[in-house]
Amino acid sequence: MSSVLCPEIPSPGFSFENCHRNAMLEAKGLAMPKAQKTGTTIVGIIYKDGVILGADTRATEDTTVADKNCEKIHYLAPNMYCCGAGTAADTEMTTQMVASQLELHRLYTNRVARVATAKQILKQYLFRYQGYIGAALVLGGVDSTGPHLYSIHPHGSTDKLPYCTMGSGSLAAIAVFESRWKENMDEAEGIQLVRDAIAAGIFNDLGSGSNVDVCIIRKGSVDYKRTYDEANKKGEKQNSYKYAKGTTAVLTTKVVDIEEVAVRSIDLERMDTA
Amino acid sequence: MSILAYNGGAMVAMKGENCVSIAADRRFGIQAQTLATNFEKIFEMGPHLYVGLPGLATDTQTVMEKLRFRKNLYELKENRPMAPKVFSAMLSHMLYEKRFGPFFVEPVVAGLEPKTYEPFICNMDLIGCINQPKDFVVGGTASAQLYGMCEALWEPNLGPDELFETTSQALINAFDRDAISGWGATVYIIEKDKITIKNLKTRMD
Repeated sequence: MSSVLCPEIPSPGFSFENCHRNAMLEAKGLAMPKAQKTGTTIVGIIYKDGVILGADTRATEDTTVADKNCEKIHYLAPNMYCCGAGTAADTEMTTQMVASQLELHRLYTNRVARVATAKQILKQYLFRYQGYIGAALVLGGVDSTGPHLYSIHPHGSTDKLPYCTMGSGSLAAIAVFESRWKENMDEAEGIQLVRDAIAAGIFNDLGSGSNVDVCIIRKGSVDYKRTYDEANKKGEKQNSYKYAKGTTAVLTTKVVDIEEVAVRSIDLERMDTA
Repeated sequence: MSILAYNGGAMVAMKGENCVSIAADRRFGIQAQTLATNFEKIFEMGPHLYVGLPGLATDTQTVMEKLRFRKNLYELKENRPMAPKVFSAMLSHMLYEKRFGPFFVEPVVAGLEPKTYEPFICNMDLIGCINQPKDFVVGGTASAQLYGMCEALWEPNLGPDELFETTSQALINAFDRDAISGWGATVYIIEKDKITIKNLKTRMD
């Protein structure tokens, strides 16, 4: 029995309610729409004091640029960040979910969560969905066992590497790393290498573009440099193309006034404990 | 043809100086056959909060009813209106729950944040990936044309009157190049103390 007044508790996880209908629509010859992708360049390296992550900021819907400055370096824990490539909603939601699991884990154990824990949660989740959750991730962080960098593929396989790249611009970016990465780089050198790898993706891969985001994770501190480098400066608009007031022909106008809600603050009253 | 283009429709939302706009066409059709020219795709979800749901018309209405239900429950529980950010997060998770059997809508949210009255706009893809730019968002079958129009017309710090003119002209000129949207338009200008709703005179072909 379920009613509006006493709704059934919905089952957790994904809902497949619409699948039958959608399959029918597809069988009628209506094409399935494409979801937003982050045809991306994401990278990570290990350097002397920790990990540096980098990402471009373009999101595409088919060949249209849907977002020119989106955020692809996601927060996981105070000592961990994760770059996401692939289906934009999948990378966003997967990292959000793992971030909350890690926070609960941190509170439960009273310890800084380990990067390996996050890696294991992510790979087991992705493996369970057999690659249908299209999230390709670069996970980086520093914990009690040192700096760690993983690349996680949509099917759930992981690599533990000193430098890695993912997304459609991964080939352009890895070429930069293969020629220039070395062990124990200092921070400035590392950031420059990451920037150059992302820039290689931005300029040589059509799925990547706009700006360079960089995130430096050291032991005990994080430096998230959103828009570290504006690789593509837009030209200044030379003219205003504003339409004159009254250009648009209006049939009806309705104005709804919103009255200010009066807020009355009540002074704090001490509880009578006498 | 895509399912998202079965009924047609165009939608745009823009940020201005202390105000936001959201506008849509009014056509309801089945592929090339127009059935009605008074179809609303933008819905009020609070005093300063509007949501537009372009896409498959049946899902436009289903998603609107689901949203209204959840929003009403929130208001009863919390005794305050829903903030645009909260509303968007709710909508995003609602759509992502149906990741493998989605609703065919690409929502556009426009409103003012409570207390600060800061302009808020965002749009999502059909599985709930939020996109929150600083200028404008578009949706529907004329989105490619709208991107072009908005990119040329939008500028920062537009007042309510300028914002109305900019939004209207961007929308009208975009859907005049799209066969399955148009047939009238509605524009909402959301300000701190009032909402102005205007129906526009447009080409009817």
